Parts: sequence; structure tokens; C-alpha cells
Amino acid sequence: MIRFEDVSVTYDGAPEPTVRGIDFEVPEGELVLLAGPSGVGKSTVLGAVSGLVPHFTGGTLRGRVTVAGRDTRTHKPRELADVVGTVGQDPLSHFVTDTVEDELAYGMESLGLAPDVMRRRVEETLDLLGLAGLRDRPIATLSGGQQQRVAIGSVLTPHPSVLVLDEPTSALDPAAAEEVLAVLQRLVHDLGTTVLMAEHRLERVIQYADQVVLLPSPGAPPILGDPAEVMAVSPVYPPVVALGRLAGWSPLPLTVRDARRRAGDLRQRLEASEGSALQGRGELRDQPRTTRTRHHSAPPTPSGEARALSVTRARIQALHDITLTITPGETIALMGRNGAGKSTLLNSLVGLVKPSSGTVRVGEATPHRTAPKDLVRKVGLVPQEPRDLLYADTVAAECAAADQDAGTDPGTCRALVTELLPGVTDDTHPRDLSEGQRLALALAVVLTARPPLLLLDEPTRGLDYAAKARLVTVLRALAAEGHAIVLATHDVELAAELAHRVVLLAEGEVIADGPTADVVVSSPSFAPQVTKILAPQHWLTVAQVRAAQEETGR
Amino acid sequence: MGSRPARPPGGRADGAAARAGAGGAPQRRAAHPTRPERRRRAQLHPGAWWLWALALGTAATRTTNPLLLALLITVSAYVVATRRPDTPWSRSYGAFVKLALAVILIRLLFAIVLGSPIPGTQTLLTLPELPLPAWAQGIRLGGEVTAEALTFALYDGLRLATLLICVGAANALANPSRLLKSLPGALYEMGVAVVVALTFAPNLIADVQRLRAARRLRGRPDKGLRGLLHVGLPVLEGALERSVSLAAAMDARGYGRTAQVPPAVRRTTAALTLGGLLGVCAGTYGLLTAEGAAYGFPLLLAGLAAALAGLRLGGRRSPRTRYRPDRWDVRAWLVVASGVAVAALLALAAARDPAALHPGVVPLVAPTLPLWPAAAVLLGLLPAFVAPDPKEPS
Repeated sequence: MIRFEDVSVTYDGAPEPTVRGIDFEVPEGELVLLAGPSGVGKSTVLGAVSGLVPHFTGGTLRGRVTVAGRDTRTHKPRELADVVGTVGQDPLSHFVTDTVEDELAYGMESLGLAPDVMRRRVEETLDLLGLAGLRDRPIATLSGGQQQRVAIGSVLTPHPSVLVLDEPTSALDPAAAEEVLAVLQRLVHDLGTTVLMAEHRLERVIQYADQVVLLPSPGAPPILGDPAEVMAVSPVYPPVVALGRLAGWSPLPLTVRDARRRAGDLRQRLEASEGSALQGRGELRDQPRTTRTRHHSAPPTPSGEARALSVTRARIQALHDITLTITPGETIALMGRNGAGKSTLLNSLVGLVKPSSGTVRVGEATPHRTAPKDLVRKVGLVPQEPRDLLYADTVAAECAAADQDAGTDPGTCRALVTELLPGVTDDTHPRDLSEGQRLALALAVVLTARPPLLLLDEPTRGLDYAAKARLVTVLRALAAEGHAIVLATHDVELAAELAHRVVLLAEGEVIADGPTADVVVSSPSFAPQVTKILAPQHWLTVAQVRAAQEETGR
Repeated sequence: MGSRPARPPGGRADGAAARAGAGGAPQRRAAHPTRPERRRRAQLHPGAWWLWALALGTAATRTTNPLLLALLITVSAYVVATRRPDTPWSRSYGAFVKLALAVILIRLLFAIVLGSPIPGTQTLLTLPELPLPAWAQGIRLGGEVTAEALTFALYDGLRLATLLICVGAANALANPSRLLKSLPGALYEMGVAVVVALTFAPNLIADVQRLRAARRLRGRPDKGLRGLLHVGLPVLEGALERSVSLAAAMDARGYGRTAQVPPAVRRTTAALTLGGLLGVCAGTYGLLTAEGAAYGFPLLLAGLAAALAGLRLGGRRSPRTRYRPDRWDVRAWLVVASGVAVAALLALAAARDPAALHPGVVPLVAPTLPLWPAAAVLLGLLPAFVAPDPKEPS
């Protein structure tokens, strides 16, 4: 259905091809996953299928890409619109009209389908994607998961034989991601649609893939094959594969179910060490000290505190009666659906949002009444889009500005950048950094003022496993130094890895607050893969299992 | 096969129906694809709303009677309150009302500061007058403020405010982008481009707010003009990036596909459109000059007809079809008729009884409500009863 013949793409002004030697074929009706670390050209490969590369982006494409027998060399994207449906990373920049029903019809109108056909397909698609109740809603009022489904629906209505998706689940909470993936699987199974998608969160998608195309490193030729085989050699892999590699299972399990079947042995071996590790259960081994307030006879002054906090915005109650104490050295993961109020809570801790009732305190200060200059020394927030924090056109200028803003010695920020991002030169433009590097730069800028309370909003969106691992190391070191950290995240694996405490929000209220192990284990959608595999034992991460095995081995 | 022309509905539909087998339920519904009863949540043609609101606005320009103007505002506000859908753009009504208030205030302020040509006797207060050089004769700064001048300014401002509120009502009742659906095919793509350009502004405001918040996170003051200037460049960058990705998405979804058209048709289109526009120009010129009145009007009509025919023929190049176009039904006629009736009756009243519609300011008299023009304005309430209620589930 999609055939790449020795394709290489060189963008204008780039010395080297972004991708080269791409040569594979996606058969009809398969779901193929494009995997690899950031910056290997996954989006370029996806763009080549719809013809946007090189017709829209510029650059030179060598070789040949054919989709359903049409050569993208001679067919512009609009002439492929009836066979290829493309959904980019940000569904919001995909919408042309403003209500759900019109958006679903837009593609068909462009293709000139007859009105009765359009009407029928819109109804079918509304049912297929579970959007019937939302048909008249303005798109701007939908949640992230709903928008993603509308975006997929809008390219489905012309009945394309190929669907190309770039990170369809990255911005979604676990439940919404499952929803979207269930729809994709239904399309592949029932309608024979061919799907090619790129995704960083392999733990969510690998089980649905018929084949995996792996781009191991920039410029390297792709490896195509059965998911289990490819995962055995891949530099990026989900926790279930990591556990499988650790335990030496072959073929590697890809689903929690497969892994559970094999895990009998491992569970037995771990039984003994779990007993010995029981006192540290649910908390990280390298955690410096017990930080939960009630363990202390005299509680330390909290880094941040919200008491009976309510926030009402545009007549919608975003937060309702939230009480939360953040102690120094503690890492808290805020989890919950898209729109549950996680970002609002973080924003009220930095004073971007005024509480409608209740109090917020950061150290000794009330955030929304404190001048920004003083507040940066008390609390720092890395927003969802780290780029928002960066204005300058070189890393050096950014660092100088950060030193000045924070009133610290010149060079403080630069030292932090060198520590977090070895190998980034002074004259690099922040826009040329990868997602992970940009996050690290924003983190360095925020840390320049040494705030005792650090807040991160969705820090792992768009990060590959290596960048995530680096972030985890950095954040752990900060927590060990006594920084309190609050993460709002959908990434259950990250929460399991980092957080001492998990706070679950729903509709602006706290519905669970406790040690990571207790909260996460009891919830099917928020449990990390390792927990699911090794239940009823309480393991959270592969690192814990590895440490336990080494201990018993010794 | 460069661009594939749309297949006849039957061929494609068969495949669609076969594929739909998985859905089950949809097929049952598909048996009656275009039943008029199952209209999308009962909506009136957006053109009808716009015509009704513009007619009310026209009526407002016929009078300066504050009671009649207030009645017009009340009528349009009542219709908006009962018939506006619950959508983001319908909330713009509040913004229009605020704008109208601002217009009245500015008009009053000008009358106070710059004086007014209205000769008045009842001086309310005297501002210190600024002596101006000889070349600025006719302009006055400060001086006497008379009750007559203020009343005149208030009436005048109110008339403008009513006009604005009427436009706001149209905006709240009908989504302007839905109006596009009624454009001829040849102009549709241009219309989409305009709408996309219009969404640029709200996105830009959202970006500015986000980036100013980010400035606060960096420890810089987030208020004041300097803060605004500093975020300017990143905001423009972001907006540009978003436009580019939207353009890519639109391209990939078939925006701008063209159908094969025989060269003869293409040439006829060009000739008709160009000739028509020339005719319109010449006709308008003829109408405006004294000696050309005889040939001006027919030429204008012929030019218009040729240009319209050109547009219609040009539509063939675009293979677009319309999804559930808005219907112009009896209710749309009634809504338009009620608006036009108000405008016509007020125009008639203004001709027959100018004193009642333009209450005197010199000497100052209390305005009275003329009975039958007021009754005419109440005709504008008709849409509140005949237009479908958007809040009612269909």
C-alpha cells in the first residue's frame, strides 16, 4: 500500500540527509509503528507518505514513494487527499472549521462527494468514534482526547486507504489514549485501513502493531520486522520489554498479559527479596529520607501549601476545596484526566491564577500577591510548552538573561546548562534544540534562582526514553538536594519512577492522595506495566526489580 | 490521473455502504439520508439573521428619538437572549454592547471638550477655553457646555450604538463562517482563507496571554507595555508556525483541488468575468455622471449579469460539494420580512412625521414615543417566536 524505494530526504541548508536508505513496504490493512529516538526523522518519513515532504516543506527527496500506486513525485498532497489521511502532532492546528460535524465533512467537501454520501459517512463516523453526542459542539470547547478523535474522524470520512498519525496519544491521559487506540484497531480490523504511526510512548501502542519500522539512529537505514524481534535490538523500548530483557525471556513479551504468563518464575525469585525490601516498599531505594509529613514528630515548614483552595474560571469550577502540603525533598505526581485541574493547581501555586477562596502559600509568601522578581526565588514552573520561557536567540543570551532575572552571579545558569545539557554550545538557537534539550534549558533557566519548590507541567511530552531517563536522574538529584518537586503528568511510568506521593485529581477535586505504590497499584489505568505484570507483589519499575535481583545474586 | 474527478455518487456509495457493515446502526439511518425533519439542531439560515439585523440597523439610522432607539435595542436584545446558540462566537454580543457604550461615552466626551455647533442657551458648566492660533479657526477647545449640545451628542451617539448592537446581534445569532457556505463555489476557497485569517486574531490574543504569564515565571513584570513589547516577536513566530501547520493540514485534506475544465469553458469564464466587471465599472460611472444616466443603468445590470455568470461558470473548476447547506425556508422569509418591515415603516414615518422621529434639541423638549412607529419597531420581535429555539434539543 505504501512503498518506500531507497528514499533519502535532504532539507534545504542541511549538510546531511535527514533520513537515508529508507526502503520498506507497508502491506494493505496493517498497523505499522514507526519507532526510534527523537531526531531520527520519524516525522519526515510520515510527511513523505502524504506528500507534504517535499511538496510543502521544501528540500530534496531522492528515491520514490508510492501510495496506492500513486507516485508522490507527481501527486501533490491535495491530489493524495482521497487515499491518505494525515493527523499531525497538534490536533488544534488541524481544524479548519469550528464545529465537529462541519469538520468531519470538510475533507469530503473538498473531494466533491455527493451530499447524500457525505451525510451518511458523517453519521457513520460519529458512531464509529463515539462522537454522536458532540456533533454540534464547537471544537474549541472539547477536551484533548475528544479533539484527537475529531481529528482522526475528519480524515476518516473521505475513506482513505492509508492513515498517517504522528504521536496520536502523547498529549492524552491513559484512558483517552486507550479510546483512540481502540478506534484505530477497529479501523484496521473492520475496514482494512492501513495505518502508519509514530509514537514515543511505546508502552501504549506496541501491542497493537503488526510490524515495527525502527529508525535506530539519525541517518541509519530502518529495520523492519515483527515487533518482538525489533524490540530485542531497539534502543527505545517500553518497560514490559525492559523487564523481558532483564529476565531473558525470548521471544520478548509485548503485552502485560504475555508477560504475566511468563512471570511466574520471576515472581518466585523476587518473593524473597520483596520480603527484605518490604519496609522500603513503594518508595525509591535512593530516596534520601522519609519525607512524608506524618513521619516527623515536628513537621518542617512546607515548601508549598494549598488550604481549601477553590478556583472558579468562566463560571466553571476548575478546583474545588483542595488541600495539599508539599514538604521539602518530596516529589509529588499530580495525575488525572485531561482537564481535571492539574495545570490550574500548578498555576495557582505560582500565582498565575487567583484563588476564588481558600489560601495558597509558597514558603512564607502568597504567590499571586508577590512580585514576580521575588517569587522566582520561591517557586519555579516549567510550563507545558518549555519554549514559552525562552525568548533569546542564543543559549548564552538566554543564560545571561536568566542570571539577571534571578539576581544571581553571572555564569550560574550557564553552569546548570552545562550540567544538564553537556555539549550544547553558546551560540545554539533555542529553536534548534530537540524537545528534550529545550526542556532541559527551560529547567536550567528556572533553577537559576534556586527555587525550593519546582513545578513541572507535562514534562515528558515528546521525550524519548533516553531523554526521559536523563530527566529522571536530574530530578532525583534535585529532590536529594532538598527541592520539593510537583509534576503534573499523564505518564504513569514517570510517576512510578520518580514520585514519592501521587495525588489524583478528578473534576477539580482530590480523589486520592498517598504513597505512589498505594495509589498507583489500586488503579488499573494508572498502574505502571511492571506493577501489572508482577502483581500481587508491589514493584513499580524495572530498576527496582533489577536492584532486587542483583541483591539476591550477591 | 492527475486529479481524480468526483465519482458518481452511486459507485462510491456502494463501497461505502459495504464498508459501513461494521457499524450496523449507521446503515439503518443511512436509509433516509436527507430527511428534512432531521435537520441539524434546528438552525435558521445565517443570511436571514444578518438581513434582519442589518434591516434593524437601517431603521436605527432613520431616527434620533432615544425612546425609539432604546426600543430597537431592547427588541434585538430580546431576540438574542431567546434565540442565540450556546457557542463561543455568540458570546461576542457582550463585547459589542460594551463597544456601543464606549461609542456613546466618546461622543459625549467630544461634545464636552471640543464644543458643538448646536447653539444652546442652558449652560451646564464652563470649561476653561484654550486659545488656539488663527489657522485653527473653527476648532474650539473647552468653553461652554450646554445641555442642548450634550443631548444632541447623546442622541447621535445612541444612534451609532444601536447600529453596532444590531451588528453584534447578527454576529451572536449566526456564525459568520456559516455564511460562507452560501458563497458561490468559485469564491468559497477565498472565503475559507478569510475565515482562517480571522481566527488569527483570537489565537494571537491567547498567545500573548500565555507568553505574558511565562514572563512572570521568569521573574519579570508581566504587566505594562514593556512586557507586551517583549513577547511580540515570540508571539508572531508562534502564530506564523501555526498558520504554516494549518496550511499543511489543509493541503493534505484536499484544499484547492481543481477539476479538469475544457479550455473553451475556461476562456468563456475569463471573458465573462472581465467583461462583466468592466460593464459594472462603466455602468457605475454612467450613473454618477449627469449625461450618462440613460445608458448607465442597463450597462450596470448587464455587467452584473455577466460577472455572475462568470462566477457560476468558474465554480465548475472547483469540484467542491456542500455538506448540509442551510436551507432558506419559510421561517427565514418571515425573519427577513420582519426586519425589512421595521426598516420600511420607520423610513416611511421619517418621511411623513419627521418631528416625532427627530425630537428637537433647540429648544430642549422631552422626547415622546410616537405610537405607530413604536408599534412598527415591535414587529422586529417576530424572530423570537418563529425562529427555531437553539436550546431545545432537536
